[in-house]
Amino acid sequence: MALLDIKGLKTHFTTDAGILQAVDGVDISINRGETLCVVGESGCGKTVTAMSILKLIAMPPGRIVEGEIMFEGRDLVPLTSHQLDDIRAKEIGFIFQEPMTSLNPVLTIGEQIAESLRRHEAVTKKQALERTIEMLKLVQIPNAAGRVHHYPHQFSGGMRQRVMIAMALACRPKLVIADEPTTALDVTIQAQILDLLQDMKERFGMAVMLITHAMGVVAETAQRVVVMYAGKVVEEAPVDELFGNPRHPYTQGLIRSIPRIDLDAEHKTRLEAIGGSVPILINPPPGCRFAPRCKFAMSICTEREPRLREIAPGHRMACHLGDAS
Amino acid sequence: MSQYILRRLMIAIPSLLGISLVLFVVLALAPGDPFSELATNPNVPPEVQAALRAKFGLDDPIYLRYLHWLAAMAQGDWGFSFVSRIDVDTLILQRLPTTLYVVGSSQLLALLIAIPVGVYAATRPYSIFDQLANTFAFIGFSLPTFFTGILFILVFSVKLDWLPFVYTEVPGSGIKWALEMIRQAIMPVMVLGLFQAASMTRFVRSAMLDVIRLDYVTTARAKGLGQAKVIVKHVMRNAMIPVVTLVALQVPAVFGGAIVTEQIFRIPGIGSLLISSILANDTPVVMAVTFVFACLVVLFNLIADVLYGWLDPRISFR
Repeated sequence: MALLDIKGLKTHFTTDAGILQAVDGVDISINRGETLCVVGESGCGKTVTAMSILKLIAMPPGRIVEGEIMFEGRDLVPLTSHQLDDIRAKEIGFIFQEPMTSLNPVLTIGEQIAESLRRHEAVTKKQALERTIEMLKLVQIPNAAGRVHHYPHQFSGGMRQRVMIAMALACRPKLVIADEPTTALDVTIQAQILDLLQDMKERFGMAVMLITHAMGVVAETAQRVVVMYAGKVVEEAPVDELFGNPRHPYTQGLIRSIPRIDLDAEHKTRLEAIGGSVPILINPPPGCRFAPRCKFAMSICTEREPRLREIAPGHRMACHLGDAS
Repeated sequence: MSQYILRRLMIAIPSLLGISLVLFVVLALAPGDPFSELATNPNVPPEVQAALRAKFGLDDPIYLRYLHWLAAMAQGDWGFSFVSRIDVDTLILQRLPTTLYVVGSSQLLALLIAIPVGVYAATRPYSIFDQLANTFAFIGFSLPTFFTGILFILVFSVKLDWLPFVYTEVPGSGIKWALEMIRQAIMPVMVLGLFQAASMTRFVRSAMLDVIRLDYVTTARAKGLGQAKVIVKHVMRNAMIPVVTLVALQVPAVFGGAIVTEQIFRIPGIGSLLISSILANDTPVVMAVTFVFACLVVLFNLIADVLYGWLDPRISFR
């Protein structure tokens, strides 16, 4: 049984212009101890999917319209925010994109990590502080015992993201959702943070759901990859399979848009981009949502929505092209 | 920290000097002086008048009079009230406690209403509670205190006869005295407090809404802390920084606003002293009271800055 199994999740937002179908029928499952990457460009519903799991989106205007989110066999969708509080941080930890704004500026980092421990575990203030220092050491913050009493503004971006990781892992959750944890950091720090995340994952044996739009990050960390486009899953495959044999035109476009440094000068070509941008998800037209940007679009693509189906063991995709072959 | 406060106080000296100079010049240019009444009094011969004016230095050039006032002020001599025939500092010290009592209580009332209402409204924006709070806030700060004051008097004193509408010196002490002091302060405190609460509620609400959408609030929610703890520890703690600053900066303005309320309820406070002194051309009192207000502005600016730094660890005193 998968640790987390999202089935047919639809999260919609009420806006002045109409219903925004940010997530429209997403299936994602994560096994214990596995790293799953969710990729896709900005606005494709990755973050909303992740936030829906613990109902961290603003409701209203957001609403989970349909679907189930099974965590260890228990559906999280019908739970109230109050009931979810026991699962948040304790069972499922969250690492956010912006380390600069995700920490409360008026509380010390120690306080912010310890409050999670004190909420979920029967520890005294002193024990919580000790565990906090231990966590800070684990995420390699130098002079942890002294730094624990410092405020977020006294840390650099990379250090703050380490603090966020320490916070998310403090209660040893079974699943950590990291929402673009390295996007706001510079490249050398990105690598350090990814290494740290990998290291922590192995140490605690937890599953990681890593949301990113960087294909390089995917190649480095993932075991399985889910590609999302405009609120839907378009392809899902083990990482080698996805990079070696991408089947969906959007995935192919994503992979071709990775800059390559390993080619000789004469083989270098202009980097390929996918033309156009993500459609606005208010009253989308029928058919495949990628059709307007797809080079292979056929007449059926604008008429009928392709279904996600298995084309090889563990490899699923949603495209009419596969039907023809 | 103490060094910072000391330095700020030093910086305050030139600004207070500037303020006093402006006040002094404006008052000197204003028509009428303490002896204008004497001038129209046929019983006082002109040469006596002239001698008196010379004795008090009223015909000296402005800069001499200002220096004279400044020198006296520096020695703790605030001047002499021509009307009340006592020292100005004694007069102000007599009146100040009443004003502090009324203004302080009304500020307290305003905070006690504004913070819970503003916070609760912000956690449920556009709910019925929020709409009601907004409506009352709009009514509250649209109605001037001289209107609500008279309305209160009409309803609670004239019609219902529950509360006295003239504030008096209550002799004695003990529980009976305390009760009477509270009873007669109810209306002015309500009038001033509700007016303050109205705008403060709006401010608290918008400060809360500014913070409630920030990333670190989502982080706090993701820790499973629960709504109440997230709101109090993570949202309020941050939202109160601008609120505290605003309240501290508003205090001098509240004293100003209290002038009108003191007139309506005839509270023998510093505001009504100012009005009666202006009407009676009692220049030394007017000068002293306005200068006290100026000092309050400077003082509360300093308090606001210190509180700001104390509440927000990102700010350091240097």
